[in-house]
Amino acid sequence: MAASFFNNKARAAAAAASSSSKSKGGDNKEDSTRLQPWVEKYRPKTLDDVAAQDHTTKVLQRTLQASNLPHMLFYGPPGTGKTSTILALAKSLFGPALYRSRILELNASDERGIGIVREKVKNFARAQLSQPTGLDAAYRAQYPCPPFKIIILDEADSMTQDAQSALRRTMETYSRITRFCLVCNYVTRIIEPLASRCSKFRFKMLDNSAAGERISNIAEQEGLQLEDGVVDTLIRCGEGDLRRAITYMQSAARLVGATKPPAVKDADDDAEMTDAGSNSSIITVRSIEEIAGVLPEDILDALVEAMQPKSGGSVYEAVSGVITDLVADGWSATQLVGQLYRRVVFNEAIPDIQKNKIVMLFSEMDKRLVDGSDEHLSMLDLALRIAGVLRGD
Amino acid sequence: MALLVDKLRPRTLDALSYHPELSDRLRSLAQSGDFPHLLVYGPSGAGKKTRIIATLKELYGPGVEKIKIDARVFQTTSNRKLEFNIVSSVYHLEITPADVGQYDRVVVQELLKEVAQTQQVDLGAKQRFKVVVINEADHLTRDAQAALRRTMEKYSPNLRLILLANSTSNIIAPIRSRTLLVRVAAPTESDICSALHLAGKKEGWTESEVLNKRIAKESGRNLRRALLMFESIYAQNEKVTDKTLIPPPDWEALVALTADEILAERSPARLLQVRARLYDLLTHCIPPTTILKTLTFKLVARVDDALKPEVIKWSAFYEHRIKLGSKVIFHLEAFVAKFMRIYESYLMGMDF
Repeated sequence: MAASFFNNKARAAAAAASSSSKSKGGDNKEDSTRLQPWVEKYRPKTLDDVAAQDHTTKVLQRTLQASNLPHMLFYGPPGTGKTSTILALAKSLFGPALYRSRILELNASDERGIGIVREKVKNFARAQLSQPTGLDAAYRAQYPCPPFKIIILDEADSMTQDAQSALRRTMETYSRITRFCLVCNYVTRIIEPLASRCSKFRFKMLDNSAAGERISNIAEQEGLQLEDGVVDTLIRCGEGDLRRAITYMQSAARLVGATKPPAVKDADDDAEMTDAGSNSSIITVRSIEEIAGVLPEDILDALVEAMQPKSGGSVYEAVSGVITDLVADGWSATQLVGQLYRRVVFNEAIPDIQKNKIVMLFSEMDKRLVDGSDEHLSMLDLALRIAGVLRGD
Repeated sequence: MALLVDKLRPRTLDALSYHPELSDRLRSLAQSGDFPHLLVYGPSGAGKKTRIIATLKELYGPGVEKIKIDARVFQTTSNRKLEFNIVSSVYHLEITPADVGQYDRVVVQELLKEVAQTQQVDLGAKQRFKVVVINEADHLTRDAQAALRRTMEKYSPNLRLILLANSTSNIIAPIRSRTLLVRVAAPTESDICSALHLAGKKEGWTESEVLNKRIAKESGRNLRRALLMFESIYAQNEKVTDKTLIPPPDWEALVALTADEILAERSPARLLQVRARLYDLLTHCIPPTTILKTLTFKLVARVDDALKPEVIKWSAFYEHRIKLGSKVIFHLEAFVAKFMRIYESYLMGMDF
């Protein structure tokens, strides 16, 4: 009997049925979805919806049809769809009725020390499968309901070493009725014995076209008007993180959607968008940049100009003036370091030997900022030392 | 008697005198019913907190001003008890998790979950969600920030967070990507002047425009400091004119004195004397970074242009050491010694 649940025809029918039932459910909850973050609202519902991770989804589809799953380890940079994939997979496996009893989702916001691994995880892993009652045949045709439970350990790289080692034996002992799925950013933080028990799936950085497609898709569904280049800006500011790009877009939409006056964003920024006044509901490139905290080009220009070697005089006054204003305006030092870095490294006019020295400075400064040094002093130091290198000492 | 800073603090978004665009944005966010998580950042004295309180009032009405202070006890995994103060109204909570140091994660996890799992008590409330304001979010440990991540997504129907920080550098990227970043720039000098003018008028003081300008310049675009200076000047002087002296804070005067001493003589004996002064400052709870920064800028202003980058370099270096190390006085003293050395060798024209 079990075999019939896993054949391909049933699965295809299930996928169709599930998508139709999803949309029906969506209508009822119109109000609650309106207030949802778009990241949640447009989270992929099925494996096929997951953007640009073809290899991974293909493998998962196949293991699905084979009615069996290995232990899994998903890793990759943030915002590439790791959590989405496992949630979509779990939903299409068990459906709404069984989801609660078959899935245990733990993440870094839950307590996850060794005690929890020993008790909560082990108890859940050990529990016998509850036989689903009252499920009709249609439900069973729709969802395969395989005879195991899934424990999702989200952000597993923030688990302690001890907690991870406590998992080792648990994973093996109960593998008959429980599968583990570890989700993390850095695979190196997962101890080797755990990693070797899982089949690993690497989630690669989204390429621009796939991310762009997704963003324009959402913009269309939400009925947004985007200025030319906004999608590119979103991708650039998101740095491969689709979630961040979508959040930026939603924030921008909130800002321009509700305001009556022209969507001029910044308070004391001189180089303001000149064409923002034409239509208030258009999302502009500048508004995205402001939300993302990107420094306007003219401030950078001023800083770079100030750092150029002067004949005779010292650069100190000019540089310190610019930096003081920067600090008072509240710009983030990390952002400045990032943008200045791009400016300097891609500047053809600076000889390579100087670039070498400058890159060293950037590395040191980044470390300092992460350690929590004072931003004002650090930025001033960085700017002055770059100026020193440019002068040639 | 309340200080001017508190007495004249704007209570509504309309009463805020500068950054009108920002106020408009916050108002439209508050009215849209679809309020995001916010990360508000900017230098101190720029009016972050004031703006947020005004926004909360816009969200919920005057009820947010009725606040009470609770002391709660949390228990860590190692059974340590933590005392923690919470400022709350019916609609919002205000916490400073950095108060409990490395245990902030426990507080963040337990408290936010508790808040998120209960619905709004007041049925007549304008919003369905509660707001939690987290002060000094940039001082949260990595652990606590990681704990915030999923909480923000999971409980978004019942809970909105407003994080206040001086800079976004120490906020981990996942948090930044889940919040709407709001930058509050410091007021410009003319903004400060008009604020001072308004304050003077309300108090019925005769004021001088030139003095206001000087205060604005002296305050370093920090409105709170400007108002405090303004008040202290009027408290100390019967009659103010354009030329009334702006008294620097005591600690700043002491730092200036120290800078003079360092420049006057570079010797181990002087170093010993300076150490006494530094200890004096530290025992009065002046933050070491502030001491170092003030001292640096006092010194830099007095040395030759060619030396300036060098001084800044070492100042930044020792500031970093202060952050990493545990005994502050070592690094302050090391900076002074370093400065004496480079200054001496510059004067003598040779390397030591």
